[in-house]
Amino acid sequence: MTKGTTASILKYVRPEVFPTPFCAGCGHGILLGAILRAIDELELDFSQVAFVSGIGCGGWIPSPHYNTDTLHVTHGRPVAFATGVKLFKPELNVIVVGGDGDIASIGGNHLIHAARRDVDLTVICANNLVYGMTGGQVTPTTPTGARTLTTPQGNPERPFDLARLVAAAGATYVARYSVWHVRPLIASIKKALLHRGFGFVEVLSSCPTQFGRRNQNPTPIGMLRALKESCMTLRGAQGKSADELVGKTLIGELVPG
Amino acid sequence: MAVSRRKTTGKDVAGSRGRVPSAPEGWSVIASTLEPGRRLMQGDEACAEGAIAAGCDYYAGYPITPASEIMQHLCRRFAGLSQRVFVQMEDEIGSIASVIGASWAGARAMTATSGPGLSLMLENIGYAIMTETPCVVVDVQRAGPSTGQATRPAQGDFMQARWGAHGDYEIIVISPWSVQEVYEETIRAFNLADRFRVPVILLLDEAVGHLRENMTVPEQVKVYRRVRDALHAPFGEAEVPPMPALGDGARLLVTGSTHDAWGYRRTTSPEAQSQLVRRFVDKILHHRHEIERNATYFCDERELDVLLVAFGFSARSALGAVRRAREAGVAAGLLRPVTLWPFPSETVGELAKRARHVVVPEMNRGQMLREVQRVAPGALGYNRTDGEVITPLEIREYMREELSL
Repeated sequence: MTKGTTASILKYVRPEVFPTPFCAGCGHGILLGAILRAIDELELDFSQVAFVSGIGCGGWIPSPHYNTDTLHVTHGRPVAFATGVKLFKPELNVIVVGGDGDIASIGGNHLIHAARRDVDLTVICANNLVYGMTGGQVTPTTPTGARTLTTPQGNPERPFDLARLVAAAGATYVARYSVWHVRPLIASIKKALLHRGFGFVEVLSSCPTQFGRRNQNPTPIGMLRALKESCMTLRGAQGKSADELVGKTLIGELVPG
Repeated sequence: MAVSRRKTTGKDVAGSRGRVPSAPEGWSVIASTLEPGRRLMQGDEACAEGAIAAGCDYYAGYPITPASEIMQHLCRRFAGLSQRVFVQMEDEIGSIASVIGASWAGARAMTATSGPGLSLMLENIGYAIMTETPCVVVDVQRAGPSTGQATRPAQGDFMQARWGAHGDYEIIVISPWSVQEVYEETIRAFNLADRFRVPVILLLDEAVGHLRENMTVPEQVKVYRRVRDALHAPFGEAEVPPMPALGDGARLLVTGSTHDAWGYRRTTSPEAQSQLVRRFVDKILHHRHEIERNATYFCDERELDVLLVAFGFSARSALGAVRRAREAGVAAGLLRPVTLWPFPSETVGELAKRARHVVVPEMNRGQMLREVQRVAPGALGYNRTDGEVITPLEIREYMREELSL
């Protein structure tokens, strides 16, 4: 069977968990598949892959969907839990999956310290710019001016550039892609999985239900198009003026590993 | 990176120096890691040595007075032993989180802290209760609330240790009073944690943690290691279910959400929630006899003039006061709960019935007193919260002045 196809990755999913809990048009389903495609293409022993996730929509990507060991922990702490798993059992391939609220807000301290320590983890942050599960509140990655449940007049604060933050903290592999850019995203996850050291992949995801509806982009396809249009590759951005980069999110490998 | 680790497999294992024979599942007797015999040791060090003897192979911590010596000692000792992981985490939340993660990876894991750190750990201690993760949390109590007096003793975490995490549950809390007992009870804490799949809190106070006295290292240590059966439900069916590790092929679903016997989230099911909470309570209370440990001193008469009930360092002073009272012809006795939670209500109640007065000296505003009063409503408290230990003389003075004994 061709590796990385839908038929080929179904064996990694618990058959009894469908339908998924995600809203219609949620970008997380694409990421759910992308992680499995990366694992399938690498032909990893799935029983020796352990997923650690926290609280929020992003945390539900591995748990309960993935048919291997999953440790679904407290809000914000998956990177710290995963540190314990990996240090004690280094032969396991330990992957953290979480959202921007989980990984970057309440869990921000664990994120930068694990990056600094260069713990051999793969951390995948499903960044949909909003707290989806709790009703659409502002997060540390919500763009300035964006409307959320708790910033009805527009977000007055500046967002984190997550990938750059983690790179600055010392991570030895850092990349950013979106759920629109699936092929490079899968390639990046594969690279992060093979990387020895702290690998971080920021994945821009879409939340039409809680983010799009409040920001004049209520449809799933509209949100994916917005990701396509707002992202610019690092290579493409070379030589561009600051004005030309306004509103653009740079994607690619910030720290190639 | 503050991580010291020897390879777990293969030929790289650095010699056999300090190698501890790994214990099988269930009960077994293993050789002591320290040379048997008398030695002078500090309470915190004895805790670290007890952990090593019990087979602790993962420690994560964050510096805090008066518990730091436990981390320092373990860091030094782990470096000379094979198959042990030490990590200094970024905070106490990360420490307990990584301890629970390591426990699921198969470790005998521990962290140590003081009151402020315990406060930070409590959410994840609740997670350990919900996911039935064995681990040992040491709290060397200091005067609080908040930063309080870092180098001064207190017993103000008696209730926090029991009720600090939200929700309904039973937890095991142990409080030793001597360096010898710190060593022994640390081993017992690991055994109880694995036996009942529950976090065990070892409650020291600064005075016991920093106490230096002679102790005897036994030749052998009795240990219980959890059953790692991957074929049966890891979260139900049995009162204490088997606990496979990550990577054992059990395809574990571990979650802090309400779950069924196989770990599937059941977040709106009244039955699942009720069954889970009931089992968390029953698996401890049905085995009180296995968990409780009390010591009594001078309690042989049918009628006592006064019964003191005290734990930790305060019990040392209480015993001194009992001896002094005995010299003056007073029939005084001491009951010392070593297991604080589940609270030994029955034992306290039975003994209290035979005493004219019951007094609870403790370094807090009467936290254990409330538990004693549930079974002995007339019990009185003797409290000190000035960061100083209670002395034998002042308890004796209290008996004379308040009880005319």
